[in-house]
Amino acid sequence: MAYLLSAEVRAEIDKWLEKYPKDQKQSAVLTALHLAQEQNQGWLSEDVMDAVADYLDMPKIAVYEVASFYSMYELKPVGKHKIAVCTNISCMLRNSDQIVKHLEQRTGAKLNGTSEDGKFTLKEVECLGACVNAPMFQIGKEYYEKLTPEKVDEILDGLE
Amino acid sequence: MDKIDIEIDGKMVQVDPGSMIIEAADEAGIVIPRFCYHKKLSIAANCRMCLVDVEKARKPLPACATPVTSGMIVRTKSQLAREAQKSVMEFLLINHPLDCPICDQGGECELQDVAMGYGDDVSRFTEGKRSVKDKDIGPLVSTDMTRCIHCTRCIRFGEEVAGLRELGATGRGEHMEVGTYVAKSVKSELSGNIIDLCPVGALTSKPFRFSARAWELQQRNSIAVHDCVGSNTQLHIRRNEVMRVVPQENEAINETWLSDRDRFSYVGLNSDDRLTQPMIRQKDQWIEVDWPTAFVAMKDALTACIEQHGPEQVAAIASPNSTVEEFYLLQKVLRGLGSNNVDHRLRQKNFDDQDEVGAYPGLECNLSELAHMDSILLLGSNIHHEQPILGHRVRKAARRGAQVLALNPLKFNYHFPLAAESVVPPAELCDRLAGIAKALMETQQAPEDAKKLLANTVVSETDKVMAQHLLQAERAIILLGTLAQHHSHAATIRRLSRLICQMANVDLGWLTDGANAQGAWLAGAIPHRGPANSSLTAQGVTAHDAFEKALKAYVLMNVEPNLDCADGRQARHALTSADMVIALSTFKDPLLMEMAHILLPITPYSETAGTYVNVMGEWQTARAVVTPQGEARPGWKVLRVMGNMFNLPGFEYTSQSSVLAELKEQLDNASSSGGLQWVCPESLPNADKGYLERITQWPLYRVDPLVRRSQPLQETTLQDAVGIYMHSDQAAKLNLKAGDVAHIEQQGTATLNVFIDERVPLGSVYVPAGYLETADLSGGSIVVRRDK
Repeated sequence: MAYLLSAEVRAEIDKWLEKYPKDQKQSAVLTALHLAQEQNQGWLSEDVMDAVADYLDMPKIAVYEVASFYSMYELKPVGKHKIAVCTNISCMLRNSDQIVKHLEQRTGAKLNGTSEDGKFTLKEVECLGACVNAPMFQIGKEYYEKLTPEKVDEILDGLE
Repeated sequence: MDKIDIEIDGKMVQVDPGSMIIEAADEAGIVIPRFCYHKKLSIAANCRMCLVDVEKARKPLPACATPVTSGMIVRTKSQLAREAQKSVMEFLLINHPLDCPICDQGGECELQDVAMGYGDDVSRFTEGKRSVKDKDIGPLVSTDMTRCIHCTRCIRFGEEVAGLRELGATGRGEHMEVGTYVAKSVKSELSGNIIDLCPVGALTSKPFRFSARAWELQQRNSIAVHDCVGSNTQLHIRRNEVMRVVPQENEAINETWLSDRDRFSYVGLNSDDRLTQPMIRQKDQWIEVDWPTAFVAMKDALTACIEQHGPEQVAAIASPNSTVEEFYLLQKVLRGLGSNNVDHRLRQKNFDDQDEVGAYPGLECNLSELAHMDSILLLGSNIHHEQPILGHRVRKAARRGAQVLALNPLKFNYHFPLAAESVVPPAELCDRLAGIAKALMETQQAPEDAKKLLANTVVSETDKVMAQHLLQAERAIILLGTLAQHHSHAATIRRLSRLICQMANVDLGWLTDGANAQGAWLAGAIPHRGPANSSLTAQGVTAHDAFEKALKAYVLMNVEPNLDCADGRQARHALTSADMVIALSTFKDPLLMEMAHILLPITPYSETAGTYVNVMGEWQTARAVVTPQGEARPGWKVLRVMGNMFNLPGFEYTSQSSVLAELKEQLDNASSSGGLQWVCPESLPNADKGYLERITQWPLYRVDPLVRRSQPLQETTLQDAVGIYMHSDQAAKLNLKAGDVAHIEQQGTATLNVFIDERVPLGSVYVPAGYLETADLSGGSIVVRRDK
């Protein structure tokens, strides 16, 4: 099973494992799942979760529990770009509804869905802690703040 | 440690420091409602139902997770406590369907009971309830997950007791679901316990489902009859029918648990092929007769046989699941007729050391001591499948830090980590034991003949590690499983084990076949000793020899010869050539129908009073809970009349207890056998057989006629399916691959599916017993080739 995790991912997990007691490998499960997700086109298939379980000597169900608990893990395939839009109070007051609507129009994906061409996934998320520059969304590891429809167009045009 | 005083509901209670309020209340008989708390599981404190009012606390506290402190004042029924409990109840019922009349748990539901006591009359919740898809987790446990209140008892049971974490809680908040996440069957031999643990109707018994209501059932105590543990059970009866089986708490034996085999075997009790009328074969026709006719026919046939061939041509072979009374009377009849050929050891091949056994083979420690061993060597034991409850105790020991060692002919999947493991072909088991013994000789005193015997033994690294663990442990035990006892060199294995025990100062435990091997030894259902270990002037032949010698007459008691015996093929041949086969049987076994001459219907355990002695030597008597089906009668009654028919003295019993009393009196008067001398094996068997060896074992749901007739157990995926299992390298050598059909010759023949299984050591193949498809195979070398 471990072959489902690339050598780089395994090396990175090993680095994390060093931080924890030897008999508590499960401590690294959050990082391991993030790495596995990144390597697997942004989502966690059962095979990949099983591979993580095997690698960390955990029961498979315990990995499923973790993966299904946190919303940052995707259990279904996602588009090439996952746009995580905040719609919490600060962003809402600064018109995040308009941003969502514009995103839906531009990408062809419905909120919490994926566009037909598989390029974009829109995901509604809770506060990401950037209220000071609301409204905002996150693509990959980047925050994009003080959004306007024009700025969104510019950002999306810059994506491959 | 000194106890501390606390006050609960105005009652002064003395409790151990460190215990929780709920434990103190339970001990004092004060009821605190709860769902997630269970005394055998870890504390989760997630249901909040046990909130109580503790003086000086700012808010109600969960009784299950609040340790007692000296002078604590707890109120479980104050207004604050009541309000808290009522509010929690309301929360728990938000998503729970209020449709008790169509729920299988209705009437025996903890949620229903607690809602009656602590809930409101009317629901204020008008919003939509969530619903959760049901999961298929196998043929034993039925799910209704919408009813789940997320107490997580089933999850904790899997992790803490069964040792297999299969169920989990996925999602969170409103979306949390208990299940397996991926579709799969639960694969634990203790899985049925989650039915008892589930406080609501989310997990219920699939075979029992919707067949009866709790208030229609009567509860009767009984004993489980499928392994040597003798778990205490309660049979639930309706209209003279056993509807289901649940555990009865007995801390010394099964705690609050029950294995699936003991729980679901009852389905076989009402199997269609129950024998309910005595039958006599006349010219290849079976005719049903009344009991007097059958008894006369039996007497005439046996008398003629004895007159013609002598009594030593008669053998009686009983299932190791028979009761003490049945064993005692069977041997009494047979010895009364002049034959000592009585045995219950159907699956053993080697009896050379039978005189070196004390009163009976068993465990010399109790089960709580077993769980406190520092090291345990499992020798040829698939303990989770052979004695699931003992597997749990060994796991407890392992969780406490015991070093568990395993020496097996198959790599078994234990639910605990092993400190050292050797998996070798059967022929090499003796060498590994010799290796351990020799490793011990470096530091320990050893008998001279043992030193000589092991002169050429090569000690492996694992042998050394095992020897070290056994030696260093303050208390250790070697457990002989059935694979060791069924071995063709079993005597050598046992003698070497004894040698190791002596040198390392550890205990030896035999985990015997069936429910009552200990009872059989004590009652004299063995050919070399009479009841209560009395010595005999002449020894009879063992079950194995009785079939090998092909005698003239056989009396069988609940034996399905081709499925239950060490060598089914040989048993079949012996019965075919016998003049007279009398079978006392609960079921119409097809083979008995083919070769028996007289069939006498005897009742299963639920329909007869009888005593079982478990592996710790505990005597347990079970009563009949339903009346016998048809003309079937308890075995002891049938045997008593057999004694009367032959005018044998001392067969005037009026009850099962009078039979038992007679044996007990003999045991009371028996002299203890004293310390038995260790006997050195003459030689070690040659490990290089030069041919392919067959490993065999009885899968856990193929061990006896009753279990084999329990359809739900047969549908589980836990036991090894019929087939031939081999290592991938072995398969390559034999030019076979997974999915192939192989033709097998071992005196007899079989055609079986090939399974690639890395548990099997090279040089051997594994073919399970207890299946019709493999019943024609015998002992010795095995030839495997691809079926054309």
